[in-house]
Amino acid sequence: MKTTRIMIVAVGGQGNILAAKLLGEAALMRGLDVRMSEFHGMAQRGGVVESMILLGDGDGYCIADGEADILLGFEPVETIRAAKKCSSNTLVITNTAPVFPFTVALGHAVYPDIPQALQTLASRVGGLTALDANSLARRAGTVQSLNVVMLGALAASARLPEIGKELLERAIREKMKPAVMDINLRALELGFEAVQKGVRGNSACAAD
Amino acid sequence: MTHPLLTDTSDRKMLLLGNEAIARGALEAGVAFASSYPGTPSSEIALQFFHIAREQSDLYFEYSANEKVALEVAAGAAMCGLRAIVSMKHVGLNVASDALLTLAYTGITGALVVAVSDDPFMYSSQNEQDSRYYAKLSSLPMLEPSSVQEAKDMTRYAFDLSTMLKLPIILRTTTRVNHASGVVALGHLRRRMSAGSFHKDPFSYVCIPSVSRNLHPKLLKKAAEAASISDESHWNFIKGRGSFGVVCNGASYGYVVDAITESGYADRFRILRLGFSHPIPEKRILDFLYGCERALVVEEGEPYLEESVRVVAHKNGLTVPVFGKGEGFFSRLYEFDPGLVKNVLAKVFDTPFPVASPIDTSDFPATPPRPPNLCAGCPHRAAYLAVREVLGDSAIYPTDIGCYTLGLHAPLNMGDFLIAMGAGLGSAGGFARATGKKVVAFIGDSTFFHSGLSPLASAVYNRHNFLLVILDNGTTGMTGHQPHPGVDVSHLGLDKIHIDIESVVRGLGVQSVATVNPLHFSKAVEAVKRTSAGSGVSVLIMKAPCPLYEKTLPGYKSRRPYEVRPERCKNHRVCVDRSGCPAFHIEENRVEIDSHRCTGCALCAQLCPEKAIRPVAREDNKG
Repeated sequence: MKTTRIMIVAVGGQGNILAAKLLGEAALMRGLDVRMSEFHGMAQRGGVVESMILLGDGDGYCIADGEADILLGFEPVETIRAAKKCSSNTLVITNTAPVFPFTVALGHAVYPDIPQALQTLASRVGGLTALDANSLARRAGTVQSLNVVMLGALAASARLPEIGKELLERAIREKMKPAVMDINLRALELGFEAVQKGVRGNSACAAD
Repeated sequence: MTHPLLTDTSDRKMLLLGNEAIARGALEAGVAFASSYPGTPSSEIALQFFHIAREQSDLYFEYSANEKVALEVAAGAAMCGLRAIVSMKHVGLNVASDALLTLAYTGITGALVVAVSDDPFMYSSQNEQDSRYYAKLSSLPMLEPSSVQEAKDMTRYAFDLSTMLKLPIILRTTTRVNHASGVVALGHLRRRMSAGSFHKDPFSYVCIPSVSRNLHPKLLKKAAEAASISDESHWNFIKGRGSFGVVCNGASYGYVVDAITESGYADRFRILRLGFSHPIPEKRILDFLYGCERALVVEEGEPYLEESVRVVAHKNGLTVPVFGKGEGFFSRLYEFDPGLVKNVLAKVFDTPFPVASPIDTSDFPATPPRPPNLCAGCPHRAAYLAVREVLGDSAIYPTDIGCYTLGLHAPLNMGDFLIAMGAGLGSAGGFARATGKKVVAFIGDSTFFHSGLSPLASAVYNRHNFLLVILDNGTTGMTGHQPHPGVDVSHLGLDKIHIDIESVVRGLGVQSVATVNPLHFSKAVEAVKRTSAGSGVSVLIMKAPCPLYEKTLPGYKSRRPYEVRPERCKNHRVCVDRSGCPAFHIEENRVEIDSHRCTGCALCAQLCPEKAIRPVAREDNKG
């Protein structure tokens, strides 16, 4: 299989690394080679966390600028920050619920106008899907399942035919603790449905 | 439940983190003794042994006080025939290097693997030193994996090589291998031998000058043997038969192979991948260079391989041009990526490599930075504010390595000098002597046991003048809550002795010692005033648990979060502006506290002049 490059960006605590691991496990179940990289300097302390996932044959573990086939953004500012990884073919799937950095609370930085920035991004990439993954995750049972909501949205995108919803369900069943399994299966379903039915939550972006 | 790394089905494939793969490789080699001082990006190697040793009593694991001790305790076991591994980050090897360089002389009788993780780009480190030079400095063999599978396989091999040569082996990785994940085909788990014996041979093991004069030539003989193994090693392989030569190692190999394969130029190139990179396989390099029209060395960090390739070419009278580091080619700085490698390949070999074209983002709005911050409820925030309350900007603040280094950022602005573990305390006397100013040095509890004891004794003995603040949060915070000698670990069922920091400080001769909870803010301020007033060395222990670690302790009860009472708040934002606590956010120009992030530490409530910050009313009181 030709290499598919998936980039996941998030804020510390949003479950980026776990989402990448579930995707990786699903790929392994499918018999695909998978190589992944984590970038999590001081993640637990509010920093940015990036995962790079390379599916299919190859040797490298990194994605250069313009190389991402899919960009999965768990937070809208992080999606914008990572936009240089995109080419005109990239599919972007982004959460619209913000996590304000404390630099904004201190008045040292400004949180940008997200709907407008996402519209600009959408006009330059191969496709952009925006959804309020936080509210879907709350519906599933806990906001912490937003990472799996985003995986559900990815599974519905049809850009990754090798890894469907069923494989991700299996990965969740086999790799997650029983206590949170049902919530995450619901989260996957809600993310999947949201994209399939074009229901994208009540986000500011979708309202445009 | 059995630890997943103990899966004993050799035909299984698992998705493993590079560091898990290293631990698995050691388990497959029958490792019986493991030690470490944690440090990113190496920490997850030790974490596996920490968990496995709790379920398998014939595997011994310890977090040692520092990397030198970790190496020495593992060396002791390896001198008795055991298979041992010690893991650390690159700067940890500086600490351990004193022991390592002479351990190379004595050698070991079992097996010893020294796993060291470099951090190009300094994702989580104070420098990006290239530890490969330690192999050269110590004459010890070195292995460098390029993939997660190799991380496992090379670790297992390193034990056999160590047994064969009776030398410690350096397993050198970089962040991109340690924190990469990949599919790993497992091998068999070898039975471990957990009891050994020591055969006395002082004139081989006690390195007085006359002994060492005999041992050094023995080491060089072993190094020559290692060189011939390296020349034949399958870890040093040539791929392709073209006339464009590329030499690479570690993470660079993947970038090179992918670039050449995807561009369809495989027939034009030959790649020499060096995985057994010390001693340098001179014959293999020479074989490679014959038939090369020109050669490019692709390696992160220093020109370690490039220098060797040039030496081999020169020794053999070859004039093949060798490129590597230099203006317009590769830098000695930071981490590489696939795009960078393609660009240099294109330039050196005058061949177009298709490079991805990123979209134009020049007109995108600026994204607010997310610098790492002390967590909500972190007691270090209160400790820094208490010192600042008393001494402001008038004092000099040497600091140290740990979460508390983050006090550097606004609004705390605490931290004037930081170089190495223990060096804040070590340098404090120098700052004080040279300026006559008040000096307050900060050190964490884990760092205090790592490197604080000798500089404290030295400062007391030399009658220096400063205040040392020990930020005792009861764990090694930054690297993921590993225990250290100052932590009570009885709740984990571990048989360890808890050493009281205040007793240690008094034992080292400090007369003025106080302990205070920094979250009792006015008491903490009083304690700073008291301990910073006198002369000589005084020590203030600021003791309160790390809020992330506290949650994992037995009997933990969460405290009520706090809220801002709008009727009292005058919106001058002393709380936000002074503390910078990430639980605050501004909603419609008013300060609010995120009840999910607030830990109820009550620092802000003590800072608010209006007493407008109060605990959220209990559910049962709300009626």
